Amino acid sequence: MAEYDLRIDYYPTHEHQGIKYRRGRVLPFGATMVPNGVNFSVYSSAARECSLVLFEKGEDQPFAEIPFPEEFRIGNVYSMMVFDLDFERLEYGYRMDGPFEPAQGHRFDKTKILSDPYAKAMGGRDVWMGPPNWDNIYPFRSRLVFEDFDWEDDRPLERPIEDLVVYEMHVRSFTMHPSSGTKHKGSFAGIREKIPYLKELGVSCVELLPIYEFDEWEHSKAHPETGDMLINYWGYSTVNFFSPKSGYASSGRFGMQVDELKTLIKDLHSNNIEVFLDVVFNHTAEGDHRGPTISFKGIDNKTYYMLTPEGYYFNFSGTGNTLNCNNPIVRNMVLDCLRYWASEYHIDGFRFDLAAILGRAQNGAPLNNPPLLESLAADPILAKCKLIAEAWDAGGLYQVGSFPAYGRWAEWNGKFRDGIRKYLKGDTGLVGEIAQCVQGSPWLYPTRGTTAGINFITCHDGFTLYDLFAYNEKHNHANGEDNNDGANDNESWNCGYEGETDDAYINALRHKQIKNALAILLVSQGVPMILMGDEMGRTQSGNNNTYCHDSAINWLDWGLQQKNADVYDFTKHMVAFRKAHPVLRNRNHFSHTDYKNTGYPDISFHGTSAWNPDWSEDSRLLAFMLDGHYAKNGDDYDDYIYVAMNMHWDTAYLQLPQLPEGMHWYVSANTDMPAGSDFYPVNNEPELQDQNFILGSRAVIILVGRLPVAAEPAAAPKVKKTRTVKTKTKN
Amino acid sequence: MSFSITSEVTDGIAKLTLAGSLDSSSASQMQAEIQKVAEQAPTELVLYTKELSFMSSAGLRMLVFAKQKLGTAVQIYIVEPQAQIVDTLQMTGIIHSVHVVDTYPA
Repeated sequence: MAEYDLRIDYYPTHEHQGIKYRRGRVLPFGATMVPNGVNFSVYSSAARECSLVLFEKGEDQPFAEIPFPEEFRIGNVYSMMVFDLDFERLEYGYRMDGPFEPAQGHRFDKTKILSDPYAKAMGGRDVWMGPPNWDNIYPFRSRLVFEDFDWEDDRPLERPIEDLVVYEMHVRSFTMHPSSGTKHKGSFAGIREKIPYLKELGVSCVELLPIYEFDEWEHSKAHPETGDMLINYWGYSTVNFFSPKSGYASSGRFGMQVDELKTLIKDLHSNNIEVFLDVVFNHTAEGDHRGPTISFKGIDNKTYYMLTPEGYYFNFSGTGNTLNCNNPIVRNMVLDCLRYWASEYHIDGFRFDLAAILGRAQNGAPLNNPPLLESLAADPILAKCKLIAEAWDAGGLYQVGSFPAYGRWAEWNGKFRDGIRKYLKGDTGLVGEIAQCVQGSPWLYPTRGTTAGINFITCHDGFTLYDLFAYNEKHNHANGEDNNDGANDNESWNCGYEGETDDAYINALRHKQIKNALAILLVSQGVPMILMGDEMGRTQSGNNNTYCHDSAINWLDWGLQQKNADVYDFTKHMVAFRKAHPVLRNRNHFSHTDYKNTGYPDISFHGTSAWNPDWSEDSRLLAFMLDGHYAKNGDDYDDYIYVAMNMHWDTAYLQLPQLPEGMHWYVSANTDMPAGSDFYPVNNEPELQDQNFILGSRAVIILVGRLPVAAEPAAAPKVKKTRTVKTKTKN
Repeated sequence: MSFSITSEVTDGIAKLTLAGSLDSSSASQMQAEIQKVAEQAPTELVLYTKELSFMSSAGLRMLVFAKQKLGTAVQIYIVEPQAQIVDTLQMTGIIHSVHVVDTYPA
C-alpha cells in the first residue's frame, strides 16, 4: 500500500459534477500537487463567493466549476483539494463574486475567470505571437508544473559580485536573427546553443530582460504609415510573476517551458555563468480602469494596486497601474515569488525594474524604511542572491545613491552612465566626476563600497553603444509615435555625421569611441554591465526606445561579429584584462593612502605630468594608477595598472609615473591604434621603451607595470620609498 | 494516440518498446515497467521508440526516474526516436543523460 493511502486527509469528502474534492490546505498559495490530486489555495479579502473553474487544456468551455463551500474558507483564504486531475492537461482559474464599487477600490466581476496569482505556468500565449482567440472566455490560463527538475549538483553560483561582468540580453533578440545559426531561434534553447560564444566573450553573468509571462499582443497595433506590427516586445508588463514566458521556449507549445529554462540555467551554471532576471514588480499587464481583468484586479483590486482616494490607479510606473508592493499581502507575494525563483530555478540575482516604486507606501509616498526592501534584504533564502535596483520610477522618485540598501542592495549606476557619456563626447568640467566613476562612485556610495554600483554606459533602454557615437538625436519614427517617445537627453555624439556613412575617418572614430567606452567601463571599480551586441557594434539605426519591434531593429545580427571584428576583439580583450587583474575588482573603496608601505597609494591620479592631475574646468584628460599590492583591497597581488583617458581632440604628451625599481611599463591597450595593435593579450604586452607616451586624441591607453618576467606577479612590497601619498579627488 | 509498452530483460539488458503518446496519463505505465525491470538489476536500458510519437514533461521525467531507479552507471539507449522526440530531449537537456542511436547494439 502506498504511503499516501495511510493518510486520511487525502481522501475526497465531497463531489460536484463527478469531480471529487475535499477541504484543502490554506498554504502554500497556488496549486500544489498532492497524492492523487491538487491543492488549490487563493486569497481574497473582499470576495463574497469563489469557485474553482477547471478546463481541459485548450478547450473553450470548462469541464467543471466547483464553488468553494463556505466552510472551506479560513480567514480570507479559499482552499480545496481536488482529486484525479490530469496534471498536464489541466487549466484552472477562479471566479470571484464581490462588490463592484470602484470608488471603494473593488472591481469584482463574476463574468470573468481569473488566473491564479501564484500559478507556476500560464497557457494562452504558448507560442510567440500565436494568433489569440479574442473571444476566449479565459485567455490567460493557470497551469501546473512539475517541481522535480533533475538539477544534479547544481545550485546558484554565489560568485562575488565584483568579479562579474554582466551581459544584458533579450531572450528572443539574442538568437532570432537568421545569422545566429541556431536551431532553436529566439528561445531559451537558442541561448543554450550560444553558451560557447558567451564563454569566448568572457562574460560571467547574463541578465535576461523580463521572462515572466507577459502578453506580446498587449497594446499591439500596426504602424500608421508602414503597417509594421508593433507589439509588447520587451515584455515589461507582467501577466504572472511565477510563470516563465512560454513563447520564449521552443518547447512552450508542449508545455515544457519550465524544463527548457531550467536546463538553460543549469548549463550556464556549469559554464560558470550566473543568471540574473530583470523582474517587473512595479505594475502588471492589467493597466488602469480601462484595462483588462486578468487576475489581480478581479481577485482583490484594493489589495494588489495603489489606488487614489477616488479608486483610480496611481501610475508611478507610467503604464497605467502600480502594484501595491508594501501592502503586507503583496509584499509576501513578492517575497514568495523571489524565493521560488531562487530555489526552484537557481536564479543568482534579480534586477528590479523601476525599483523606487518598491519603496513607496500604499498612498504612493516614499517610505523611509520600506518593509518590502528590508524583507528582501534580510530574507534567508535570498541571502546569497544579488539584489539590484533600478533606483528610480516614472513618478519622479530618483534614488541613485540613496536607495534604501540595508547593506545588500546594489543599484544601476545611472550617474556613471551619464557622466561617462558626457565625458566621451568631450564635455568639460567632468574629470572630477570621471575620477569618481573609475573608483566605483564613492561619492554616491561612501559606506557601501564599490559593489553598490552596477556600472553601465548603455542598456536596453536607450541607444546602443554604436548608436551613441552615430546619432545626435533619436530616430524613433518606426515606433509610430511621431518620434515623441524615448529619451531626449542621450548625451550622444555622432562623430560628425548623423547615421550611417562611408566616411572612413568618421567610422574609425566611432570604433575608437566604442573602445574608449568599453575600456573605461571595464577598468572601473564596481560591477560592469555590457548590453547585448555592443561587443560587435550593434545598431538600432538611432532608435532609442525599441520596446515594440520584433524585427531586425532588435535582433542581434551575428554578421557584425565579422564586420566589426576589431570591436569584438577589443571587447573580448578588455573582459579578459579585467578578469586577469584583481586590482580592478576591489570590494571596498580606495583609501588614497600607502597603508601597505609600498611607496605608492592604492590609487593615484595623474595628468600630462605624473602626480599632477588637472582638475580644472577645461580639462579633458585624466590618468590614474593602481598599485597591484592593493588588489582585492590588499588581499591579493597584481601588476601596477595605469590608465590615461584623453577626450580632447588634440593629442597629449604624457609623462608616466615612475615604477618601483626594476619594473617596466607594458602596453595592454591603446584605442588610438588601428586594429591589430590596439590591444595585446594579457602577459604578452610589448614593453614600453620610454617613460613618456604620446596619447592620441580621444583615446585611452592602458599600461601594466611589472618586472620583466611577464608571468611573475608583483612581488611582496619592495619598499624603496616610504612616503605616504594622499591624492586629492575633485568632487 | 494511446500508449503501449512492453518489456523484457535478456542477459542483463532491459528492453522496453514504447508506442503512442507518453504523457501524464500514461507515464505511470512506464514507471511500472521500469520498476519491474529494475528488480532484475539490468546493466543497460534500451528504449525502442520508433513508434513513440510524443513525449510530454511527464514522459521526460520517466527517463530521469529510470536513471535514478537503475543507478547512474546504467546506460540508457533510445533507439530510433522520431525527430520531435529528439527535439524535446535536446531542448530540455535530457539528451546529455541518454544515448540516442539508430540501432542497438550500435
